[in-house]
Amino acid sequence: MAHLLEIENLRTQFFTQQGTVQAVDGISYNVDEGETVAVVGESGCGKSVSALSILRLIPNPPGEIVGGEIRFMGKNLLDMTDQEIRSIRGRDIGMVFQEPMTSLNPVLTIGRQLTETLMHHLGSTQDESMDRARELLRLVGIGDSDRRLAQYPHHLSGGMRQRVMIAMALACEPKLIIADEPTTALDVTIQAQILELMRELTKQMGVALIVITHNLGVVARYADRVNVMYAGKVIESGSAMDIYHRPHHPYTLGLLRSVPRLDQPRGTRLIPIEGQPPDLTRLDGGCAFRPRCTFATEQCAGAIPGLEAVDEGHITACFNKEAVADSLRNTT
Amino acid sequence: MSVDADAGSAESGLSDEVLLTVRNLRKYFPVTEGMMIKRTVAEVKAVDGVSFEVHRGETLGLVGESGCGKSTTGRCILRLDPPSSGEILFGGVDMANLSRAELNKMRERIQVIFQDPYSSLNPRMKVGDIIGEPMKVHGLLPDADKRRERVAELLHVCGLNPAMADRYPHEMSGGQRQRVGIARALALQPEFIICDEAVSALDVSIQAQVINLLEDLREQFNLTYLFIAHDLSVVRHLCHRVAVMYLGKIVELAPADQVFDNPLHPYTQALLAAVPVPDPEIESARAHQTVKGEVPSPINPPSGCVFHPRCPKAVDGCSMSVPELRELEPGHWVACSEA
Repeated sequence: MAHLLEIENLRTQFFTQQGTVQAVDGISYNVDEGETVAVVGESGCGKSVSALSILRLIPNPPGEIVGGEIRFMGKNLLDMTDQEIRSIRGRDIGMVFQEPMTSLNPVLTIGRQLTETLMHHLGSTQDESMDRARELLRLVGIGDSDRRLAQYPHHLSGGMRQRVMIAMALACEPKLIIADEPTTALDVTIQAQILELMRELTKQMGVALIVITHNLGVVARYADRVNVMYAGKVIESGSAMDIYHRPHHPYTLGLLRSVPRLDQPRGTRLIPIEGQPPDLTRLDGGCAFRPRCTFATEQCAGAIPGLEAVDEGHITACFNKEAVADSLRNTT
Repeated sequence: MSVDADAGSAESGLSDEVLLTVRNLRKYFPVTEGMMIKRTVAEVKAVDGVSFEVHRGETLGLVGESGCGKSTTGRCILRLDPPSSGEILFGGVDMANLSRAELNKMRERIQVIFQDPYSSLNPRMKVGDIIGEPMKVHGLLPDADKRRERVAELLHVCGLNPAMADRYPHEMSGGQRQRVGIARALALQPEFIICDEAVSALDVSIQAQVINLLEDLREQFNLTYLFIAHDLSVVRHLCHRVAVMYLGKIVELAPADQVFDNPLHPYTQALLAAVPVPDPEIESARAHQTVKGEVPSPINPPSGCVFHPRCPKAVDGCSMSVPELRELEPGHWVACSEA
């Protein structure tokens, strides 16, 4: 069966005065119908740019998608006209952004923003879309819908605004929702509410979900499959169990070891990844993680490792993947 | 001059000496109306009757969600905000009665590290001047050459190359900037440092570096920390004791092991249940009960126990009377009538 979304060798660059930033440097992954795929990584690894590239929301200039294919239901989104891609955005693919205050229009009521999408994409009448908007608010757990529809974004709390964003993303019953750090700005109890809501609704409606996040806990709770990104590349990809219990890339292992966890004995020292992420304008012909890697060998400086299978559905880009896996076996 | 801590430092571990006492601290911010003639129409009860002690050499965690008053508590201790009422004793001295000069002297002993390494460093100053400024202001090292030496030493202690003294903050990464903020806080050889969300803005791999640095410095200089944060995993890792705040009040205060292994207040329980653990196996086995609703407004907080509208264990009495902090087990204080 064909995948719902296939990203192949996507490359997005930013042309700046300091040089060309290879923000996304040849990433490939698939999303099947109804599944939740996570993209994890730290600031500047290209996870958000890769998500924005899917909907062609990269500001140009300075950014440009310079290569690759993004096939959504068989059609390449990169070949579409502006008109065609606009009919996909918000209809077949919904988006939820990190900061609901800046992604909602502050001078339009909640009702207007919810109905606009419906009237534009589905050609509904004002009354039909108002009914649907009320239904959507109920779906995302906002009571007193008539009053809420007449309010402006600043009347609502952060958690409430994120619920409205989810309602908007779901409005046209999309096939896919891209959520870019959907709960990062929220408190932990509200984060739990929003994540549960997204999980319930996507399962119930059969919507596929791409979650972009830096929070490894969120990924462990919600994702079926995980892509770990570093310096513009996917460096490891697999099921959540593969990534958390059988990591084969030193960066994945380093990330897992550097987070303090609630379920570990207190007083154990954290093992950070030393050094800084690389400057994306000055990448050389070797593995980008090499300067921070404790497994690095001479081979790593000479060539960029490609993604290779280590197991069914589990791929990683490291010359020393066996050594990484062995080190894990020895410590546990 | 070395960066060693003062003489008479206690051995590592907890001492009986109480360094900081906060008693019944209140901070109300007025809500005003009117353009020319302002009248106060309401009050935001940011901190509403908070009491705790910090012992020398310990790290006390202050956790809670946005708006619970944890940062305001820190700012009141520093006197960046004057408290509305209550007592703050540092080393036995009441901070409220200090003259301006005495307060300045006191601030050599209490320093702060802020959350955002982007806005808490002056973008027009070189890193060396940022770290040297407190010494200049407090007249500790009037000689510029000596000060430069000391700055180099501090940069080294915080894991930065001393050559970075000639850089500007924008030339550094977030993690490096936070190290500069830490070096600045150490410049006056303080006894007590308030870390206000000091690692929250950093990526996990960098965050771990800074957490380890804070732990090392604590031991090396016998520092005492008040660690204000919302990330429970980080607090559990760093703190000896933890106070959980909700809507301006402390709801639970206990040794870290007690708070995390045996939380007694329903809010603490809800907070802990909401934190996802980075392990899909554990996560799939956990029950995901989320606490309902949102934090009410501190302008008009609920009657009785402020948590009762969201509390899964609330009974009729909870809306009537405010629960006092009670010591249910030795050192384990809980403000819940049902606990």
